[in-house]
Amino acid sequence: MNPTANIKDYFDQAVLPETKGKIGSLRKNAQQLYTRLGIPTTKQEEWKYTRINGLFSKTYQLTSDLSKVPVSSGDIDALRLPGNANANELVFVNGLFSLELSKIISKDLIVLPLEEAATDEFSETIAKHLGHSGHYLKDGINALNTAFVQAAAFLHLKKNKVLEHPVYIYHFFDTRNGNTFSQPRSLVHIGENASMQVVETFFTVGTGESFTNQVMEIVVEKDARLEYYKIQNDSSESSQVSTTHIRQLGKSYTHSVSISLNGNIVRNNLNVIFEADHCESHLYGLYCLKGQTHVDNHTVVDNVQPHCFSNELYKGVVDGKATGIFNGKIFVRKDAQKTNAYQSNKNILLSETATVNAKPQLEIFADDVKCSHGCTVGSLDEEALFYLRSRGLSLDQARSLLLQAFAMDILENIHLESIRSHVSSLISQRLEINEHDRIRDDIE
Amino acid sequence: MNDVLMSTIEQTVLSDYKYGFVSNINAEEAPKGLNEDIIRFISAKKQEPQWLLEWRLKAYRQWLKLEEPKWSNVTYPAIDFQDIIYYSAPKQRVGPNSIDEIDPELKRTFDKLGISLDEQKRLTGVAVDVVVDSVSVATSFKEQLADLGIIFCSISEAIQKHPELVRKYMGSIVPPTDNYFAALNSAVFSDGSFCYIPKGIRCPMELSTYFRINAENTGQFERTLIIAEEGSYVSYLEGCTAPMRDENQLHAAVVELIALDRAEIKYSTVQNWYPGDKNGNGGIYNFVTKRGICQGVNSKISWTQVETGSAITWKYPSVILKGDNSIGEFYSVAVTNNHQQADTGTKMMHLGKNTKSRIVSKGISAGVSNNSYRGLVHVNKNAVNSRNFSQCDSLLLGDKCGAHTFPYIEVKNSSSVVEHEATTSKIGEDQIFYCNQRGIDTETAVALIINGFAKEVMNQLPMEFAVEAQKLLAISLEGSVG
Repeated sequence: MNPTANIKDYFDQAVLPETKGKIGSLRKNAQQLYTRLGIPTTKQEEWKYTRINGLFSKTYQLTSDLSKVPVSSGDIDALRLPGNANANELVFVNGLFSLELSKIISKDLIVLPLEEAATDEFSETIAKHLGHSGHYLKDGINALNTAFVQAAAFLHLKKNKVLEHPVYIYHFFDTRNGNTFSQPRSLVHIGENASMQVVETFFTVGTGESFTNQVMEIVVEKDARLEYYKIQNDSSESSQVSTTHIRQLGKSYTHSVSISLNGNIVRNNLNVIFEADHCESHLYGLYCLKGQTHVDNHTVVDNVQPHCFSNELYKGVVDGKATGIFNGKIFVRKDAQKTNAYQSNKNILLSETATVNAKPQLEIFADDVKCSHGCTVGSLDEEALFYLRSRGLSLDQARSLLLQAFAMDILENIHLESIRSHVSSLISQRLEINEHDRIRDDIE
Repeated sequence: MNDVLMSTIEQTVLSDYKYGFVSNINAEEAPKGLNEDIIRFISAKKQEPQWLLEWRLKAYRQWLKLEEPKWSNVTYPAIDFQDIIYYSAPKQRVGPNSIDEIDPELKRTFDKLGISLDEQKRLTGVAVDVVVDSVSVATSFKEQLADLGIIFCSISEAIQKHPELVRKYMGSIVPPTDNYFAALNSAVFSDGSFCYIPKGIRCPMELSTYFRINAENTGQFERTLIIAEEGSYVSYLEGCTAPMRDENQLHAAVVELIALDRAEIKYSTVQNWYPGDKNGNGGIYNFVTKRGICQGVNSKISWTQVETGSAITWKYPSVILKGDNSIGEFYSVAVTNNHQQADTGTKMMHLGKNTKSRIVSKGISAGVSNNSYRGLVHVNKNAVNSRNFSQCDSLLLGDKCGAHTFPYIEVKNSSSVVEHEATTSKIGEDQIFYCNQRGIDTETAVALIINGFAKEVMNQLPMEFAVEAQKLLAISLEGSVG
């Protein structure tokens, strides 16, 4: 494989190595789809506010062999999240899953390279679920990831098991030898009546640029439960398109929190599909941005079956020349009666050069439903600021108090205590809040 | 309970279009089809100046380059633009100065519609500029308006008598190249209304126009231009009814409003084109471009619309808030039944400082119809201290219809506040039960709830219109409204 290439040219001309079975045919179809669709442009409705062609014209390293990347466990150490001693840790290096660097401490959790899992007892699960996100994200960028499924990870949690140790997933990008382009891929299968917590985060090492096109597909079986946390606080030279596609196959519960603090261009796709009745999902997001950071959150809640409940709250604080985008879709299909779906997006603009674009979208084909969405964009409430200042707080203190309270709505939904306090301190740094002005983060 | 509801909805579905009849007026028609010669024919027929002919031809050439837009949430068979008659004028005696002089056949048509000109003139004091198949045939109260310096006439007349005003403003808000249907309209527009309110004048009466499609296979391409000079005020009413027919008809109008310093324009529409039969055959395609500009400081434009008719409604009355402290408003009730489709909403472009906008949209879907709200609120970097509030509510009657919301919000400064909220719901059984309990039958209860749902918008209509609008709501949702 060509070590360095302009990725657009490279993928346009790439010849795929033969892969047999389901993965092979999936890759082949995706390759054709990518060739046909190309890279999304701002003329496409789904990409109206986010321009990524620029990223594709740069030159990147493409890693196809882990042994050629000198990353040691020590490199990862500096980046581990708090609470890692009691967590299962999965490591991806430049988009490739590394079993050696990973640490699995729960016996109920099976972690395998996807290609290996596809040949044994999980072949059916993989055949059924791998590539499902393509039904919702019909663009070239999703196809591009699928076309190059390679060194992907497969996670399976046995049924009736509650995973005591959360799963931390580290995406490590080594740019010490130049820009990197990575395409991590994973499939997570949570068995019946099982429960797990997943934390995913991204780190770029070195001074080069990293560009990541990630897809994670999660399948939640009947009576199962998932908590999913995504933390994006990578370098300002890192860009990513990060897709999380959750299918709820039986009556089940999911809970997700996405925190975006730093990066260059960040696009998140979060899809939640209710494929059975009585599913429930909570979606939370917080973006605190400054500098030139551009964060685009696209969420979909698709109510295919009746009696489902979803609640979505995304909040943003946008400063500097940053841009925050929220696009939330709620679909209620014809048979999905008795759906309750709520969505809310709140934004605070802190500078005259910041931008917020929002599109809360409802598409409803059933009549017996309760759906609502709300969206606000504004600045800090003058009256609240005055109230606090009239009680002796400085303007800075009053502002930081209000901003922390604004962020708290999302933070309190992080149920892993070590992660919550970690994120809370990151946000305090981001909002430039003095240590003694911090609201205590051990919210109980 | 549900059965009763369903049966009332069924009655709605079965109710016939009450204004469906064809009056026989010998129209003077252009041959079918569209090419440069047809445009020259229209222009010559209307004895237009050379610049306007060139303007039309330029728009036509642009139209050829454009593609029909496909992004909206509506579906319809491809329109054969060569199968449309682009010009038809009803025969009339030369220069009718009063209502008594117009074609008696025409008058009977209006009588059937219940818009007796004489009666309106006598009782309501409304000046009516009646457009039947593209040519203005009667204008009343003209002299009274003329005393104040108000110009209210057909756009053809304005082109002859006030070319400098028309030339200055026409196409300045909706340029001929704006979009596919605006380009088509600019190339072939047949007639429309023109209104000019001079500085400091408050128009003493509601100005109104009744549009009506008449001859078969005639697309109507109206063009309306309203200019409110400094410190003036005008309230303009537009209402539509059309006869029943089988073939789809295209209606691609353009409306432009210009409000200068401290001027206010209130534009109200009751739209009731033929919606097609209950199987979705026939009906009008209503593809309209409406846009106003608050050019001056402290100016205000307010759009109010009640959309009950048309097989497809596709329009976004918009306001460009250019002047500082200007205000834009949009109030809409859109009702869809049977196979009707509506994709409507507004655009509020905040450019000036301290600009304010308010959007209230109420969608009611029944039968197998689809009703979409699509709107944009854009706050520019320089539009400091701007304020927007949007509310879009949808009411679903029946389980086969759809309600959709596509709001776009773009904010580029920190001192502005934008709020959007939307809800979707059906009429609750508990609400019906509450009414039943108090001796109100189900049908009346549904009517009560729908009236309440739409009231916020209905209240914005001038009184003469509010009565008609309520009648139209009742007709289009007959049974469920009572």
